[in-house]
Amino acid sequence: MPDATGLELLARELGGDVLGTEHAHGKGAIDVAPGSIRNVLQTLRGTGFSALVSVHGLDYFPQEPRLGVQYELLNMSQPDRVTVRLRVPIGEPVVPSVTPDWPTADHQEREIYDMFGVVFEGHPDLRRILMPEDYEGHPQRRDFPIGGEPILFTHNERTTPRWFQ
Amino acid sequence: MTGTTGGLSEYRRMEESVTLAETRVTEGERELLTLNIGPHHPATHGVLRLLVTLDGEILRDVKPIIGYVHTGIEKTAEQKSYWKAIPVVERMDYLSYYFNAMAYCGAVETLLEVDVPKRAQYLRVIHMELNRIMSHLVWLGTSALDLGAISVWWYCFREREQLLDLFEMSSGQRMHTRFFQIGGVAEDIPTGWVDMVRKFTAIMPERAETYGHLLSRNEIFVQRLRDVCPLPEDELLALGVTGPLLRATGNPWDLRKAMPYSSYEDFDFKIPVGTKGDNYDRYAVRLAEIAQSCRIIDQALDGLPEGPWITGDRKVALPPRDELATSMEALIHHFKLVTEGMRVPAGEVYFPIEAPRGELACFVRSDGSSKPARVHMRDPSFVNLQATAPMVEGHLLADMIATLAMLDPVLGGVDR
Repeated sequence: MPDATGLELLARELGGDVLGTEHAHGKGAIDVAPGSIRNVLQTLRGTGFSALVSVHGLDYFPQEPRLGVQYELLNMSQPDRVTVRLRVPIGEPVVPSVTPDWPTADHQEREIYDMFGVVFEGHPDLRRILMPEDYEGHPQRRDFPIGGEPILFTHNERTTPRWFQ
Repeated sequence: MTGTTGGLSEYRRMEESVTLAETRVTEGERELLTLNIGPHHPATHGVLRLLVTLDGEILRDVKPIIGYVHTGIEKTAEQKSYWKAIPVVERMDYLSYYFNAMAYCGAVETLLEVDVPKRAQYLRVIHMELNRIMSHLVWLGTSALDLGAISVWWYCFREREQLLDLFEMSSGQRMHTRFFQIGGVAEDIPTGWVDMVRKFTAIMPERAETYGHLLSRNEIFVQRLRDVCPLPEDELLALGVTGPLLRATGNPWDLRKAMPYSSYEDFDFKIPVGTKGDNYDRYAVRLAEIAQSCRIIDQALDGLPEGPWITGDRKVALPPRDELATSMEALIHHFKLVTEGMRVPAGEVYFPIEAPRGELACFVRSDGSSKPARVHMRDPSFVNLQATAPMVEGHLLADMIATLAMLDPVLGGVDR
């Protein structure tokens, strides 16, 4: 894990793209602006963080900007990890897709789109992955209610279409 | 239903309305057949649907369609206090429940900065390695079944029963044991358990070798696997594939060695690697891992330290039962923990471990309350599944079944 100094050195390498750094629980995180994510990840790849192991979304409700996307980078030759974080407002949740550079992000970006509604620009095939195609809403958002999901039975659906509404 | 030259069939068009992805067809095909495999198909190892495009018997495109067993576990975990989220998290990848619990508990322990006693760490290692053997046995049995070898299935499930009996003895449950707690394990192991585990580890490497002989010397089995659907190391890394699939190409990446957690640095074990990265290597690597897991278990039993099996921090772990009758503080702690749960300092943590299928990691964000603000599992099956299409394109349909078996996806973990 990069120590606090190592994290600052890494951030210096990224130059103006860095909004801030945080070192907690023995692991570094770098905050960047959404627009620069592809550049940042490519620069970090050059410093040895050649594997993108995870991309995940989160909702900081009620803080703004609400939605967050985090990229977990791994250096396999000198075992080390660093997190790259970005935040986007809920009104305009647009992030450039990193799938062209990192094929592994494909399904994971689709999952974030599905669950949080973050739109990844430049993703080759951005559509829902876990929820049904015609599902409305993004269930992992913090203000998405739980419970009350109607269970669809086909025998009901035939006699009284859309009975659950 | 066949397509016309240069165009898509009506059926294909109907399917395209479901999956908007473009079909990656290579040049030179004359007639394309769209075939739907699954979601209910014994060879897909769960509720996985594959939309395949066939040119004769050659696969031109594969689209995995998932989400049929999505149960919203990550959302459910957000509604529960930290200790109540363990059972739901365990049910994601239903063949590696100890690993799910470890990733989640490890993440919360990092946020709490609580120290896990050495005995608990060793007990965790023993259970995780037993779980790894169990998971590999289910994989081996079902994979052999897919390739037409039914007897191996019975043998594998005979050993699996012994493992489930061990789990039942130590925790009361055969599956989804909830044995790992935040700060340690739920209870000390019962008397006689160590002997039973030793009996098992004494016989298991030999048994694994026998299965190896049954399969590796079977001409049909070997021909179905050798040189089938290899994928080079750099492509696997680009796709984020970890675990035995990556090790089959010769890359010895294993988090237990590279970034040890839960005292794995105390044990001496080897990482089996392959050479070519074909289906045979994937099979051989997993089979060899069973014996290495037995080695780790033996060492952990030999060095099992005495002492507490859960942290003494009363803000995290329940006080012992006997204290409740005499100590007011213990009673208050017990009441607070059971009703509200523990409060975890605000922060975010990503805790990766080496699961039977690759890097399993749990991301937990805490907002300072007693319920997690976000629980996300980086499940290896979900990421590894992306490698299906690059592996099988241009190969025979029957080889896809073999490759899917060697890929070993668990759909409970994919869909969560």
